[in-house]
Amino acid sequence: MASIQYILKRLLLMIPTFFLVMIIIFLLVRFLPGDPAIAIAGDRASDADLEAIRERLGLNQPMLVQFWLFVTNTLQGDLGRSILLRAPVIDVIFDRLPTTIFLTLYAVTLSLLIAGPLAFVAALNRNKWPDAVIRTVFQVGLSMPVFYIGLILLTFLAAQLRWFPVGGYGDTFVERLHHMFLPSVTVALYTSAIIMRNLRSAIIEVLDAEYVQFARAKGLPDRLVLGRHVLRNALISTVTLLGLSIGNLMSGTLVTETVFAVPGVGRLMLEAIFARDYPLIQGLTLTFAVLVSVVFLLTDLFQSTLDPRMRLT
Amino acid sequence: MSDTQPILEVENLCTTFTRGGVALPAVRDVSFNVGKGEVLGLVGESGSGKSVTLRSILGLSRRYGDVTGSVKWMGQDIAQMPERKLRHIRGRDIAMIFQEPMTSLNPLLTVGMQLTETLKAHTDLNRAARRDRAIEMLDHVGIPAAASRLEEYPHQFSGGMRQRVMIAIALAANPKLLLADEPTTALDVTIQAQILDLILSLADELSMGVILVTHDLGVVAQTCNKAAVMYAGRIVEQGDVRQVLRAPRHPYTVGLMRSVPQNVPPRSQLYTVPGTPPSLEALPQGCAFAPRCQSRTDSCMATRPPLESIAQGRSVACFNPVTDAQGAAA
Ligand SMILES: Nc1ncnc2c1ncn2[C@@H]1O[C@H](COP(=O)(O)OP(=O)(O)OP(=O)(O)O)[C@@H](O)[C@H]1O
Ligand code: SF4
Ligand SMILES: [Mg+2]
Repeated sequence: MASIQYILKRLLLMIPTFFLVMIIIFLLVRFLPGDPAIAIAGDRASDADLEAIRERLGLNQPMLVQFWLFVTNTLQGDLGRSILLRAPVIDVIFDRLPTTIFLTLYAVTLSLLIAGPLAFVAALNRNKWPDAVIRTVFQVGLSMPVFYIGLILLTFLAAQLRWFPVGGYGDTFVERLHHMFLPSVTVALYTSAIIMRNLRSAIIEVLDAEYVQFARAKGLPDRLVLGRHVLRNALISTVTLLGLSIGNLMSGTLVTETVFAVPGVGRLMLEAIFARDYPLIQGLTLTFAVLVSVVFLLTDLFQSTLDPRMRLT
Repeated sequence: MSDTQPILEVENLCTTFTRGGVALPAVRDVSFNVGKGEVLGLVGESGSGKSVTLRSILGLSRRYGDVTGSVKWMGQDIAQMPERKLRHIRGRDIAMIFQEPMTSLNPLLTVGMQLTETLKAHTDLNRAARRDRAIEMLDHVGIPAAASRLEEYPHQFSGGMRQRVMIAIALAANPKLLLADEPTTALDVTIQAQILDLILSLADELSMGVILVTHDLGVVAQTCNKAAVMYAGRIVEQGDVRQVLRAPRHPYTVGLMRSVPQNVPPRSQLYTVPGTPPSLEALPQGCAFAPRCQSRTDSCMATRPPLESIAQGRSVACFNPVTDAQGAAA
């Protein structure tokens, strides 16, 4: 297990990253052509609204003071108001975030369930026909754009066969599993292809490792050789890769949420961009930065939990 | 011991790998026996097929290549035995110590786990008893503070200590035959002797058979009952250890003996067999040793000399075996 000190240290190391993200978000609005107050309040804001915003953000004061105000506001959870949704940005994000997290975890779980066993089958039958079939199918999955797969699934399984709802995300957990199945599969097709490819070659490499030969020489049953000695070692690199590709995963989520009308932060980002809702764009950018950092931290913790050599203090 | 029924009988063992479409005959027609409590020394240059021979006995090579011939364990042929059944022999009856201690232990599992899982696979001992046995084994192989080291991982052990852990694992289930693949090569000299003593005293205590792979003929002379010399995948000479080492018949064995420092006058230059072993992809048609052999004749190049018995339990694969007088002079 990783120590508390280690986690704290990692959290401290995140501070510079966030500082940088804050600077970028801050400058984004400041360097827009025209009046930043109008960008933040929207075109139709009244003069009184504009004045209030100038006051709150200190737009009449020097840049450094403005930045200080921005940082302290953000740290207090004040991310401004969304022009589009006429509500505090922080509320909007917290409202939508669970849906996206649900979708992502659902997709990752599905990917592992699909890709894990198949990677094993492919690796154990290296260069024989099951391997060839599995690799070809995933290669096709990898070369098709996410939205295209989503549209096909939507057309056939939801619109025509009516097995799945066309949109929305349900209220209970089971309903959610049903509603979010197609979006998750859409994301999972891409991630499982990545997992498959990586896990297959990791398993092949580990299968040849001396410690696996030694495990066989000890007379362990196959189940233990594969589960305890092979899988653990192979999973480390795959989960690390999965963690590091969280950025790709999120852009896939963004497209998928839009295609399936899933009310998550991905679709919200697109809406915010089209509406030029700068406070919301700022808030979402920050949210994505937090998500990526958290996933990186979790990946690290996972790694150090599995691999004693990685245990840092 | 040679009059007792052997526990292991290897006959015409052949292991062939394929690399880039080319066949690699790593082990060819290897035959030998090991009796109860008997120690067989397997010597030969790097790449001569010693490790592959051991791995093939345990059925570990068939995933990577084609294995033929018979491996009889207590009279039963295990060469083609399915993994499901073979696993009950591996680790329990026949155990193996791998050549490379740094890579043969799983880096993600505690030493205790890697020790006890063998016991779990082969004995009825409960959790506490397995733990006790694990501590006893670590203690036995000379790992200080054994109890406190069970929860540690391989990277917390030195190379010599890892080798000892591997020996402890191999011996945990009281095997009747130990395949020891250069158990001391990776270690420094003082530890080498300790580890060898350890293996041999345990072999003695448990009257366990041992196949000891080594480069060191001195070790063979001190510890083995029988010796087999491998060259390019074949046994070229085997027999009682004193006969093989005192009166070697095969020119290659003679060369090996000459390269042992004790056998040359002080301050003379160390002898090595000139030339290098042939590549397995392109073995000569006749005797594989011919390109390096001083006794070579024309027939050596054309046909391969068969391994023929020259006395009780003693055989040589050479058309022009060295005579006693020549061998002694060399
Ligand atoms: N899995 C494998 N696939 C292909 N070739 C192999 C495999 N294992 C061993 N070989 C080859 O078989 C030959 C014999 O190797 P082996 O490891 O038995 O030699 P060795 O006598 O143990 O040598 P050393 O003293 O260096 O350990 C070598 O040429 C080696 O490259
Ligand atoms: S058969 Fe001929 S070449 Fe081979 S070892 Fe004997 S003498 Fe030398
Ligand atoms: Mg070897």
